[in-house]
Amino acid sequence: MLTLDALDKVYKTGTFGTSDLHAVRQVSLDVQRGEVVSLIGESGSGKSTIGKMVLHLLDSTGGSITFDGRDVTRLGFRARRDYYRKVQGVFQDPFSSFNPIFKVDRTFETLRRSYFPRVSGAAWRQKLEEALGAVTLEPGDILGKFPHQLSGGQLQRLLIARALLLDIELLVADEIISMLDASTRIDVLNLLGELKSRGLGILFVTHDLSLGNYVSDRVVILYKGRVVERGATSAVFDDPLHPYTRDLLASVPHLDRTWEEVEAEESRRSARLAGRCLFHEALAAQGRSLGEEAAAGSASGTADDVGLVEHAPGHFVGCFRKAADEECPAG
Amino acid sequence: MTLSVTDLRVHYRTLRGPVKALDGVSFEVADGEIMGIAGESGCGKTTLGKALIRLDTRMEHVGGTIALDGEKLPIADDGAMRRHRYREVSLIPQYAMSAMNPTRKIGRMIRDLLAAHNVRYTEVLPELERRLELVGLDTDVLKRYPIELSGGMKQRVVLVLSTLLNPSLLIGDEVTSALDVSSQKAVARALVEFRDHGFVRSMIVITHDISVLFQVADTILVMYAGHLAEKAPARTIIDEPLHPYTKMLIGALPKVGDRYEEQRLEGIEGRPPSLLDPPAGCRFRDRCPLAHDRCAEAPPFREVAEGHQVACWAVS
Repeated sequence: MLTLDALDKVYKTGTFGTSDLHAVRQVSLDVQRGEVVSLIGESGSGKSTIGKMVLHLLDSTGGSITFDGRDVTRLGFRARRDYYRKVQGVFQDPFSSFNPIFKVDRTFETLRRSYFPRVSGAAWRQKLEEALGAVTLEPGDILGKFPHQLSGGQLQRLLIARALLLDIELLVADEIISMLDASTRIDVLNLLGELKSRGLGILFVTHDLSLGNYVSDRVVILYKGRVVERGATSAVFDDPLHPYTRDLLASVPHLDRTWEEVEAEESRRSARLAGRCLFHEALAAQGRSLGEEAAAGSASGTADDVGLVEHAPGHFVGCFRKAADEECPAG
Repeated sequence: MTLSVTDLRVHYRTLRGPVKALDGVSFEVADGEIMGIAGESGCGKTTLGKALIRLDTRMEHVGGTIALDGEKLPIADDGAMRRHRYREVSLIPQYAMSAMNPTRKIGRMIRDLLAAHNVRYTEVLPELERRLELVGLDTDVLKRYPIELSGGMKQRVVLVLSTLLNPSLLIGDEVTSALDVSSQKAVARALVEFRDHGFVRSMIVITHDISVLFQVADTILVMYAGHLAEKAPARTIIDEPLHPYTKMLIGALPKVGDRYEEQRLEGIEGRPPSLLDPPAGCRFRDRCPLAHDRCAEAPPFREVAEGHQVACWAVS
């Protein structure tokens, strides 16, 4: 449904924009209907930038974004409105997404004015109640209240309900649960799972691996703007290959294992993979003509930089160096 | 025994009346113990941390005592507390790393801090440098501005400077939050190391992230709406919690490996009560599946096994 192909983003930084910051490098991924894809990375990995480019809050510098086969990389004002009927985003801080001066109903009123000017009051009311029901909120408890009277979890679910009013097909969820308490966090996650089973595609941006793991079907691991590894959630979590993914998984605080136990397991894996690079090994083994992605990468002359190879079915990994300017450990 | 808190009550003065953020809290922290405090936002965990060192103008000490190393802390007396702050009790407040003076180099900032406590910078400098190296920082950070350091580096500087005078008790409020997982691990490790080296005798680590507490804390204290719910060794809280709230809280945390399709986790219905006028008795009873008539009376926080205290009538 949504396909990103070799997407690039360069920010101008420094005084008068004299230096470049390559925030996203040649990122390719796709999201299908009824699927949750997690973008996982630490701060500065470019995960939010990708989410914002998909939502057209930022312009991309290179590459393309296609939605249902249609190129949506550049959209005019009118086309963008149609696009937003299908694609919506929800962000990290629910309190700053609402205007504290107005009741929460106003969020829905502006939506109605922009997108459903011809829907009658009664029909709209029913539609609204259905959407609130879908996110397990009681309309009576919510409507007519000010944002400060509701909890973070309720506000976050309201924002999802707002997105659902538009019959969306893709939801970009950017760190939507990081600000919530543990007990309400899981409700929002379960809601995403529920929406997924109804056919919604979700791009779930997060830094929390255990949360990313809980709902997502596939994960994309980003490091400094580059995809280092991606594949089915269980494949990546059970058998992480790239050094960065392995570091990341060894740093996550687990609830059932101490860091010492995790490190012992990781050191066995590191010993097995030390000094190797599965990306270059695979390229060498297959005479540099491997898989469409590597081919696409080499066509643009950047195969060594950002391409991925398919290590196991559906499990892709990039060159084992970490930052773009480092040497590949295999030399 | 390092810290002993008895029936502590701290309320916030508001226009609508007192908010009972801490309402009868009693616990002890032993020598060398790292105690984690877990709970949802608004449960009083930060208030508890602040009450041990400084009450701000909105906070009112309504009752209860705090004793550190057998000596009573005069928490209601701001002036008298000054002698104890930093030397005996030290606090790393929330967002401390973002609160560094951006116009001062780190070394200068530490010098100012020490001068405020009548300590000569040059006397402690060798120790300061040694400890910076211990947490994996170059001593050059003293010549840098806060903006030049990453979040994890700043948080480690904060840890070193707040424990420079070897306090008896360090309170760390959300010290590992807002950091990437790798920095989070480095800071968490440094906390344990500082205790092991004896730079701090005991520690209270406040965070909403229970999995971090499981990695660093010896014991975990779970709070709910201004009351204590349960205190036990970290592993017991995770594996064999007794209080219904702890059980539901732990049950709502996905482990790495839990999947929505295979193992559906449940949240906790409802919201904590307002602390302006909290109901009498157990404050969790509106959300509790085991609630019965007796819960209208507040359950005592009593020991049910060695080192395991619970406030619940349903637990015998």
